[in-house]
Amino acid sequence: MPLKRKIAYIDLSKGEVEVRPIPIEMRRKYIGGRGLDAYLLYNHCPPKCDPLGPDNPLIVSAGIVAGCLASASARSHVMAKSPLTGALGSANMGGFFAPELAWAGFHHLVIKGKASQPAYIFINDGRIEIRDATKVWGAGVYDSQEILRQELGDPEVQCMVIGPAGENLVRFANVMNGHKNAGGRTGMGAVMGSKNLKAIVVRGTMDLEIAYPREALEYNKELIDMVISSKVSQTMQRWGTMFIYGVTNTTGLIRNRNFQQNQLFGGEDIECENMDKVSIGMAGCFGCQVHCRHRYIIKGGPYDGVYTEGPEYTSQGAFGTEPDINDMESVLVGNHLVNDYGLDTLETGSMIAWAMELYEKGILTDKDTGGIKLNFGNKEALWEMIHKIARREGLGDVLAEGPLRAAKKIGKGSEKYLIHVKGMSNLHSDERPTPSLALNIATATRGADHLRSRPAIDLYNLPIEVLDKVYRNNPVPYEGPLVNNYNSYEGKAWMVLWQEMLYMAVDCTGLCKYHTIFLGVNHPAFKEFARFIYLNTGLEFTPEEIWEVANRAYTLERMFNIREGFSRKDDWLVDRYFDEPTPLGLPVARGKAIDRKKFKEMLDEYYQLHEWDENGVPTPELLKKLGIDKEPSHQL
Amino acid sequence: MQKMLIVDHEKCTGCRLCELVCSVYHDGVSNPTRSRIHIIKFHNQGFFFPMVCQQCQDAACMAICPKDAIYRDEELGRVMINYDLCIGCKMCVAACPFGGMGINKDGTVIKCDLCDGDPQCVRFCDMKAVDYVEASTVNLRKKREAVENLATLMSKMVS
Repeated sequence: MPLKRKIAYIDLSKGEVEVRPIPIEMRRKYIGGRGLDAYLLYNHCPPKCDPLGPDNPLIVSAGIVAGCLASASARSHVMAKSPLTGALGSANMGGFFAPELAWAGFHHLVIKGKASQPAYIFINDGRIEIRDATKVWGAGVYDSQEILRQELGDPEVQCMVIGPAGENLVRFANVMNGHKNAGGRTGMGAVMGSKNLKAIVVRGTMDLEIAYPREALEYNKELIDMVISSKVSQTMQRWGTMFIYGVTNTTGLIRNRNFQQNQLFGGEDIECENMDKVSIGMAGCFGCQVHCRHRYIIKGGPYDGVYTEGPEYTSQGAFGTEPDINDMESVLVGNHLVNDYGLDTLETGSMIAWAMELYEKGILTDKDTGGIKLNFGNKEALWEMIHKIARREGLGDVLAEGPLRAAKKIGKGSEKYLIHVKGMSNLHSDERPTPSLALNIATATRGADHLRSRPAIDLYNLPIEVLDKVYRNNPVPYEGPLVNNYNSYEGKAWMVLWQEMLYMAVDCTGLCKYHTIFLGVNHPAFKEFARFIYLNTGLEFTPEEIWEVANRAYTLERMFNIREGFSRKDDWLVDRYFDEPTPLGLPVARGKAIDRKKFKEMLDEYYQLHEWDENGVPTPELLKKLGIDKEPSHQL
Repeated sequence: MQKMLIVDHEKCTGCRLCELVCSVYHDGVSNPTRSRIHIIKFHNQGFFFPMVCQQCQDAACMAICPKDAIYRDEELGRVMINYDLCIGCKMCVAACPFGGMGINKDGTVIKCDLCDGDPQCVRFCDMKAVDYVEASTVNLRKKREAVENLATLMSKMVS
């Protein structure tokens, strides 16, 4: 049974392992995945601890239905205090790691301490060993996994690894499974690196009993049909997330030249259709019929013949639009380099685009760059900077520190050109025309981010009846306004909050967000989650109860940030959002800036809806209602 | 007319849903080691290949079985195991050149039984990297694909 999956506490300093069951009452309160991770972080992370020190717990998990029948149940989650922001560190990864962890007998790992030399953890059917990783240390992401497969003599093992970036404590290093599945954001790879932990390798052959196998099988078919009957999924099946670029670039909802413009002129070379020249087919995560990434081989140039997977929309932004390079080769190579080094594609692209603007403004000089002509449009310079960041060489060593620390080192007013929230760079989208999306990045618990609360369907200007169906009384009451105009500020606070709850619930289950109401309006949500959790695990939840679990876990994430010194002032955008209207795009996107007063009111409304006080602190009544007024309670 | 399971590795996205539904359908649990079909992956080449029993006409497993426990079911075009006769010697596992015979958790040998004519791997594979088609039309499909390729070539030569 999924409910028999255990939690393991692994102390790398002492070389000790303790295994415990996960009590059913903790499942009822947090379900699993990111939800239970939030509880574990709040309980195991000492306040104000050094994120790169041994006390910062690295928490790794599989969702409650990982490896089960729920349309796409492949997601693993990683949590720790972020070395990038000092706030919540949280990253979600697809691929094949989570199901394998479940087949190996575990759902959650709490890893503390620091190994005295490079180590990896091997988990095999309930057994956990800490092993020497000297042979793997220094290897790239692709090679590391190959070496580990060979060392263990089993091509079926699944790895969560760090690349050289994580080893070198780049503050936005990620964790990887396969070629492109990345737990990308908030520097979880650096936390692994700080523990001398190169990889977690899992192999499982244990039964995961399905509570109602035949019913779950039939319901899985229903869910899959629900997801892949939508046009957006069918487009993703063919092109991956790269299709989004065509829409956002045409409209003017993308970032170019580090936020100076909101369209890439003549940017047709990086259109998704051009992937046909290099793609050998699509690849899917475990059990997923959306299979949203390409398998591709680079043709020509210095990286001729390299095989990897992706790229995502994010990499089109990171290595195409932001550095102002209308050249698919730049995107394909950039994506490969960050995959193999184990770098967050988004943060890497943002840091380099920012450095390019500084270089063009004379704040950085040839002396700083070591002679690299770091102009916009220069793909070779871009690639060189990726190498330098991962290896922490020259200017790369400065950029590897992430936005705020790098700005402090460089000085000279460089900070005002950063596009970030809470010290984390934003997706390469331009939220100035879309207040709902602006509120989403301002308030997300892990910093500027689109996967924690983005009401992406707001961009469709849907009929109001559709918005009513999605956001009203689903599953909790909402009486306020809903407006189907994405330039509006009205009713958007609720949409952001609703998506927060939905995405938290998804991350508890281990489903992928493409299988819920993220890009597709008719995709599964709370009601369907309740059904598949029951059929797979036997655990009964009402949709309202799942909402409450999400609210509890999200509030704990918020409490974690407050404990670490974050508050209302950090739920805010950089001045450029307010002071510089968008210069380009269609009329819906052109000449738009965020209105300070209206944004402040929207933030107030958002806090009220959350039952947080005017400083964004959850009220004691709310904590009591959610049963988290006595945290940390150290039950797990 | 007899149907057969065919594999088109170029369509496979490597998601392994077939392994999941196979193990749940047959054994009621999620566990790929119990699955009768497996996706063999070459991770650094992006090469995924579904491997499953070929339901051979003159099957090696059948020939080697000392108890004549393996037989052909001509109605569904499949090779079946008579568990009343099977002694679990696993010679069939050793003899099969494709890995079509597996060993389940309890030590019994297992193989693809085409889910009695409604293969779940096919039902769930949206790409139809595994498909269940009329045996007599398999080569007709291939001929059509070959001609399509030829037509593309011809048009290139003409233009």
